[in-house]
Amino acid sequence: MTLTLQHYLVLSAILFGIGMTGVLIRRNLIVMFMSLELMLNAVNINLAAYSKYLHTMTGQIFIVFVMCVAAAEAAVGLALIITLFRNKSTINADEINSLRG
Amino acid sequence: MEQVAFYILAFLAIVSALFMITRTNPVHSALWMLLTFFSVAGIFVQLDAEFIAAIQVLVYAGAILVLYLFVVMLLNPKSHGFIKIPFRYAIGTVVSIIIVIQTLIAVKTTDVLGQKGDITDTVISQYGNVKLFGKALFTDFLVPFEIASILLLVAMIGAIVLARKE
Repeated sequence: MTLTLQHYLVLSAILFGIGMTGVLIRRNLIVMFMSLELMLNAVNINLAAYSKYLHTMTGQIFIVFVMCVAAAEAAVGLALIITLFRNKSTINADEINSLRG
Repeated sequence: MEQVAFYILAFLAIVSALFMITRTNPVHSALWMLLTFFSVAGIFVQLDAEFIAAIQVLVYAGAILVLYLFVVMLLNPKSHGFIKIPFRYAIGTVVSIIIVIQTLIAVKTTDVLGQKGDITDTVISQYGNVKLFGKALFTDFLVPFEIASILLLVAMIGAIVLARKE
């Protein structure tokens, strides 16, 4: 019995579910961002698995673009969090509830 | 042997991900996330994607994680990370479990769909993964590659503008 595509898809689904749980149950904005990164990683496993089992290189190239977007998101998102913390002195998502500065 | 390695890596990734979302201290969360990233890099090595594994370690475990740790230690937030109402906590977990089960049911019946390409195992062992990857990236995907560089430049400028003191 060898490793099939299903092994990797199941692992990816479980990791994605854990990341989604993290976004839903945490209220710390930084940890919610970490959970987003975890979900992106799960999708990357999916892309690499399909890339291997379909004998093509496209999946791996998409992983590079996903990583690129994740890096951009982390930089801008963390800058936003720093600005928010300066203005409100909190990064708890429940306490940030007004649109006006 | 291959399977044993896969199960060890998968177990490590899942357990460290679970620890990541349940630690109240954000620094501990970041360090568990590091272990998850390394496990996923091992999975990539198993999937014949050595270059992806290398940039997973460099970009995620190196750059992004250090950025997170830096921000966590700069802000030093109070550690009441979880929502207080257990009802909503339970709802979040249940929703995720339902969606994961739906995904698993869909995965169970899935076979490899679509048309197979020409990068077989023999071609990979002949030319090497990195060479094939570079060839595909700089011929078929050159325009998206350049757009990605512009995206990174814009993100960098945006981060500087947002985070600077007035």
